[in-house]
Amino acid sequence: MATTSKGLFGSSLARKYWMAATGLFLCTFLVGHLLGNLQLFVTGEEGQLAFNEYGKFMTTFPVVKILSYLTYASVLLHTIDGIMLARQNRAARPVGYVKENQAANASWASRKMALLGLLTLFFIVVHMRSFWYEMHFGTVGLDANGNKDLWTITVTAFEQWWYTAFYVVALSGLALHLSHGASSAFQSLGVNHPKYTPLINKTMTAFAWLIPAGFIAVAVFLFVVQPGQAL
Amino acid sequence: MDLTLKIWRQAGPEAKGEMKTYPISGVEEDMSFLEMLDYLNEQLIDQGIEPVVFDHDCREGICGMCSLFINGEAHGPGRKITTCQLHMREFKSGDTIYIEPFRAKAFPIIKDLMVDRSAFDRIQRAGGFISVNTSGNTIDANAIPVPKENADKAFDAATCIGCGACVATCKNSSAMLFASAKISQFSLLPQGQPEAKERVLNMVNQMDLEGFGNCTNTGACEVECPKGISLENIARMNRDYLFASLSSNK
Repeated sequence: MATTSKGLFGSSLARKYWMAATGLFLCTFLVGHLLGNLQLFVTGEEGQLAFNEYGKFMTTFPVVKILSYLTYASVLLHTIDGIMLARQNRAARPVGYVKENQAANASWASRKMALLGLLTLFFIVVHMRSFWYEMHFGTVGLDANGNKDLWTITVTAFEQWWYTAFYVVALSGLALHLSHGASSAFQSLGVNHPKYTPLINKTMTAFAWLIPAGFIAVAVFLFVVQPGQAL
Repeated sequence: MDLTLKIWRQAGPEAKGEMKTYPISGVEEDMSFLEMLDYLNEQLIDQGIEPVVFDHDCREGICGMCSLFINGEAHGPGRKITTCQLHMREFKSGDTIYIEPFRAKAFPIIKDLMVDRSAFDRIQRAGGFISVNTSGNTIDANAIPVPKENADKAFDAATCIGCGACVATCKNSSAMLFASAKISQFSLLPQGQPEAKERVLNMVNQMDLEGFGNCTNTGACEVECPKGISLENIARMNRDYLFASLSSNK
């Protein structure tokens, strides 16, 4: 047999490996991000100073900087790879069915990964404009300790009902995206074993709903409590 | 029973096709779906209308020839059956039934409901075999010990009849379930080991060249597969390909 190996680039399977690897890396990013956000449950000046100190650490500590560049690269690669996959998949069926009962054999989320992914990408752009851009390039006031006051920008944003509503919708979309993607990534990488797969699927499904629920809880808390008004 | 059939008619590979409506009465519930189409064709011939072309052969669920996308599902609403094993008792009088060909770029339409699935043959030819010395001192296959579990899994994979329901069902027209079954049936057995790396690399490469889509792990293929081929095979192919890609000298 003459062998034709495309290595880890170019083949249909390789594209899925990259999708899975970047997706799983972004899952670990979500955990870190959520842990940081939980600090927003502490209100008042104490919460403000601690959160801004944390913000300074996250934008200056070298290890975190490296992780953040890996995160940007993963989002980019996941997006480009996803678009390439979706285009190929579309091209693989130039003429569609007149009647197609997809609900009979696959979950809604698993069939709408590209759509849910694009919604998440749109959210990331808005989200980064609101906070990341302000922190790095905007004019941000300083708190009592002389740190950039990211806390006030954050709590002010979530005082607006429409901003919180958009956030809840976007994070719900992310939950659906993860409800399929987080466990599916293991299958793409070839991890499927009768002993471990049920546990992996349960864990990743719980992850898919609980992590976005955590983000939503923080956002709704900020909207309800309006801690910015108290200062 | 009386039915309304909406059937895709297409005169040839390049011709423009369309759904045509055929009312049919006198269908018996014990007819198989293919017998119902035979019955329709007899009536069409009597009326001087060109009969509907569709694939069929053994009519006992083992050859993989019958295809058809019936009411939005490959091989119709039943599970673990081919179209020849689908019976009209699954429908009721007055029903409208949509009958379409399997749709994929890699499965071009020949005529009406008949599609060309030779892309599967080319994937098989790329590596779906083992090379055996036939010089006269061939080793009896039973002389090589195989763990029972592996033998069972290899046999399960080998039950794939290559019907293409996985491709037809998949929203991406992906052939991963087929290819992974044909790879797994050898990769699980000692006889398949000497060519294991080349097999998975070459068959996946051919699958990509044929223009099938990618796997989104929706699991639809497994649900619609008449032989219940497991998604475990796709995971096995994924890891075999990964290791082969990393360790292949080519």
